[in-house]
Amino acid sequence: MKQVLLPRSMNDLWAMMHDLPDAAVYAGGTDLLVKMRSGLIPPKDLICLERIQALKGVMVHGDRMVILAGTPLSHLLREPAITRHLPVLAKAITCLGSPLIRNMGTIGGNVCTASPAGDTLAPLYALDARVELASETSVRSLPISRFILGPGQTLLETGEILSAIHVEKPHPEAIQHFEKVGRRNALACSLASMAAILRLSDGGIVMAASLAWGSVGPTVITCLEAADWLIGQPLSMDRLTQAAAIVQKAVCPITDIRATADYRRAVAGNLLLRICEQKMGNP
Amino acid sequence: MSIICKINGNDTEIQGASDRRVVDVLREDLGLTGTKEGCGAGECGACTILVDGEPRLSCLMMAVQLQDKAVTTIEGIGESEALHPVQEAFVEHGAVQCGFCTPGMVLSAVNLLSLHPEPDRNRIRRALSGNLCRCTGYVKIVDAVEAAARAMAEGSKP
Repeated sequence: MKQVLLPRSMNDLWAMMHDLPDAAVYAGGTDLLVKMRSGLIPPKDLICLERIQALKGVMVHGDRMVILAGTPLSHLLREPAITRHLPVLAKAITCLGSPLIRNMGTIGGNVCTASPAGDTLAPLYALDARVELASETSVRSLPISRFILGPGQTLLETGEILSAIHVEKPHPEAIQHFEKVGRRNALACSLASMAAILRLSDGGIVMAASLAWGSVGPTVITCLEAADWLIGQPLSMDRLTQAAAIVQKAVCPITDIRATADYRRAVAGNLLLRICEQKMGNP
Repeated sequence: MSIICKINGNDTEIQGASDRRVVDVLREDLGLTGTKEGCGAGECGACTILVDGEPRLSCLMMAVQLQDKAVTTIEGIGESEALHPVQEAFVEHGAVQCGFCTPGMVLSAVNLLSLHPEPDRNRIRRALSGNLCRCTGYVKIVDAVEAAARAMAEGSKP
């Protein structure tokens, strides 16, 4: 019989990870337990993080925010700091899985699963998030774009957990946009998604742009060339259309049971045009 | 190792089951077969239970996760002679066809109405969006939840 352990504190956790170095660590279980049951992952001892209060909550220190990794996704939507300062992330969480999945799944789990279609990833890349990795004896932090190597692959080492996600608050007047395209609204893996954070001057000139696409490559794609094309120019449909063409060259989607690569490439570019539609009322 | 929890208001001790799924413990050990297993992968909501009042998927929980928790299954909602207003409304509005999704639908609806006693149809659809129904097309289910909300508002008037 495999063991399933329920640590109540970080000290409990480190002792259990020390005793069972091969155990799989999970929080919501919405990914790991599915893969284990279907045989994609062999049965292992399990350590469940759900009772560790030190891994839950959101903290704001001036311009910096710390999202503790074990916070369930639905709880993040009830955090005023998230809905007020990070609407790009809140919007992505709103269309992740289903209410049931959001009650169980955590933001740390979504990051560590490192699926190209992970709904929180594009917003976190657009926010230049850093992940905090803790072990019994050390804490290190690195940009999320370095942490995630490919589908299901991260730099998480044995004995480490993802403990927190650090972001800086975007400018209060920044445009924050997220959109996901899937077969249906709930319980659908994204075919393509885009997170965008843009700052416009009073005269409507793009001062800063951070763009990230999900489901159109092995990891989230951030297309600096497209952002550069927008910066310094008025936000217009023409400019966005040109940037969309740059994006369509930059992404590297695959064809799978959900959609073809060509469709995903087209959608990735078109998602950018929606910024104009939704934010300028000028389709 | 034994797991101590409350199930439908009753103190319960579950023996030797830490590596089993909650849905299996409920159905096989405790005989609470109202909880259904559909997909077993978190995509259908048939196995919905309330844990400390919050809807969760019992197919994606290990038994040890019930430790110290208060669980409500469909058996803990209403009684056969005195249905819960949500159950009453499901019957009245033809919101049940094959019935397989119904326990999960009812539990998600009960949770919704506890948080939002007067939901509009959009909010109802969002709250039930993790519970799939292959029979009804959802319209009658949404009708039923609206009616239940009205009935519960009437019932709570002094």
